[in-house]
Amino acid sequence: MLQSNVQSRQELVSLAAAGVRRKGRWLVRGVDLSIARGEIVTLIGPNGSGKSTTAKMAIGVTRPDEGGVTRIPGLRVGYVPQKLAIDWTMPLTVERLMTLTTSLREREIEAALEATGIRHLARAEVQHLSGGEFQRALMARAIARKPDLLVLDEPVQGVDFSGEIALYELIKTIRNTTGCGILLISHDLHVVMAETDTVVCLNGHVCCRGTPEAVSRSPEYLRLFGTRASQTLAVYSHHHDHTHLPDGRVLHADGSVTDHCHPADGHHHGDAHHGDAGSRPGPMRIPHAHGPDCGCEPPATAGTSGDETQERRDA
Amino acid sequence: MLDDFFTRALLAGIGLALTTGPLGCFVIWRRMAYFGDTMAHSALLGVALSLLLHVNLAVSVFAVAAVVSLTLLLLQKRGSLSTDALLGILSHATLATGLVIVSFMTWVRIDLVGFLFGDILAVTQADVSLVWGGGILVLLAIVYMWRPLIASTVNPELAAAEGLEPERARLAFMLLMALVIAIAMKIVGILLITSLLIIPAATARRFSAGPETMAVLASLFGAVAVAGGLFGSLKFDTPSGPSIVVAALVLFLASLLPRRGEHSSIAAAQPEGGNR
Repeated sequence: MLQSNVQSRQELVSLAAAGVRRKGRWLVRGVDLSIARGEIVTLIGPNGSGKSTTAKMAIGVTRPDEGGVTRIPGLRVGYVPQKLAIDWTMPLTVERLMTLTTSLREREIEAALEATGIRHLARAEVQHLSGGEFQRALMARAIARKPDLLVLDEPVQGVDFSGEIALYELIKTIRNTTGCGILLISHDLHVVMAETDTVVCLNGHVCCRGTPEAVSRSPEYLRLFGTRASQTLAVYSHHHDHTHLPDGRVLHADGSVTDHCHPADGHHHGDAHHGDAGSRPGPMRIPHAHGPDCGCEPPATAGTSGDETQERRDA
Repeated sequence: MLDDFFTRALLAGIGLALTTGPLGCFVIWRRMAYFGDTMAHSALLGVALSLLLHVNLAVSVFAVAAVVSLTLLLLQKRGSLSTDALLGILSHATLATGLVIVSFMTWVRIDLVGFLFGDILAVTQADVSLVWGGGILVLLAIVYMWRPLIASTVNPELAAAEGLEPERARLAFMLLMALVIAIAMKIVGILLITSLLIIPAATARRFSAGPETMAVLASLFGAVAVAGGLFGSLKFDTPSGPSIVVAALVLFLASLLPRRGEHSSIAAAQPEGGNR
C-alpha cells in the first residue's frame, strides 16, 4: 500500500459530475476529478471559483448536491484548511497541535516537525508563530498522521517566494517517500508546482485541465525565477473556449451566451475541454498572455464588488 | 457533618465549580458566552413549566435549555438573522415567558430571587448528590469526547475531514451545558451561572500552556472562588451567590497582575482575545 510507484492506478477519491448548490446558486458544478495514490492534482481558479468547495467535497466535509463522490473505505485524510485562526484564548503549543485529531508517538511528532523544518518551535505557542511558520506547523500536523490523501488548501499563502519553493519541495518529498495522493489548491492561476500530474482549472465548473508545461521549455520563466525555482514551479499555460462575463453568464466560442457552463450544454467542441485527465495536444497548450478574453479569470471590468462577494462565498 | 448547612453549601459549590471549569473553557474557546447566558435565562421558563406540569425541577430546566439550544441551531441554519440577535430574542423571550407563566399561577408561592440569584445555603443533601452525580457525569462525558471537542473547537472542517464528527461534539457540548445549568441554578442562580463558567476559565488562561492544563486550573480556581465567596458571605453577611462571583472576580483580577519576566505578551494578545 505504501509503494510510491503507481503501477496499478488506485483511485483514492473520485468525483463524478459533482456539484454544490447554496441558496439557489451553484458554487461549483459538473466536476469530474480523481486522485490516485502517488498523484499530485492541483486546482487553480479565481476567487470564488469553487476550489475549496471541490476539495471539501472530495474529503467529505461538504456533501455534493448532485453527482457523486467515491472514496476508498477507511481513507485517511490529512487536511490543511485555507483559513485557520486559533483563538488566543486557547493555549496551544505546536507540539499539542500535532496530536489534535490523532494520538502520535513522540518519534512521529519529531519526524514531522523535522521534515517541515520547525523542530525548534515544538514548544512555541501557535499564536506566536509567523504566517510561514504556522503554515509549516499545519503541514507537519497533516503529514504526521500519515495520510493516504493530503489536501492542502493554499499551503503557500503568507509564505515568501523562497519559502514557497521550500514548501513545494517538501510536498514533493512527502509524495515520493509516502506515496500518498495530494490535492493542492493554488491561488496562482499560471504558476503551479512542477511535480503536478494534473492541473484542473475551475471557474464554477471545470474550465480545462492538463499537465503543466515543462519549465525547461519556458525560457522566460527560467529567466524570471532562476534555476532553483524552475525545478519546483512550472507555468501552466492554457486557454479556454469560453469567457466568463461579468454578470456570471458565459460567452462561448461559437458566439452563444448561456447562463451557466457545463459539459453537456452543447457549446463545447473538441476534446481540449472537459476531457479526461492527461496530456493532450491542441489549443490549450499554447502559451498566451492572459487578458480579459482568455477566460481564465473574470474580466477586469467585473470590478471589485463582484470579487468581494466571491470571496465571502469562499469563506 | 452533612447536617451543617454551611458544609453542604461548600460541598455543593465546590462540586459545581469542578464541573464548570472544563465546560467554561469550551465556552470561552468557542466564544459562546452569550449563548451560555441565553441557556441560563431559559432556565426560568423551565422553573415555570416544572410548577405548571408538576415535573421534577432539574429535569424541566434541562429539557427547556436543551430545546432552546436546538432551536438556536435550527434558526442559525436558516440564516436570516445574526446569531447575537437570535440569542437576544431567545434569551429574554424565555425569561419573560417564564415570569409571565409564574404570575398566572396565583396558587404557588415562589421565591423568584432564589431562582435568579441562587440560594446555596438552602441546598439539601439531595441537591448535593445531584450536583456531584451530575457533575461526575458531565466530567466523564468531557473526558470521553475530549479529542473531538478540542479538534472541532479549533476547526470544525478539519475535524470533519479527519473523521471526528464535529456536529456530534457540538450537540454533546450543548446537552452538557443544559445539564450543568440544571444543576447550577439552585446554587448560583440563573443570572450568575455564566460567570461561574467564564471567570475561572479566563483566570486559568494566563497560567496554562495547553488546553488540558487550562481545564484543570479552571476547576481549581472555581473551587477556590466558591470557598472564598462562601466564607466571605458568612463573615460579612453578604448574599452567597454574588459573593462567590465577586471572589472569582478577585482571583481573575489578581491573575492580570504582571508577573516578573512577562511584560508584553498579555498586552500584545489582548486585542484579539478581548472580544468575547
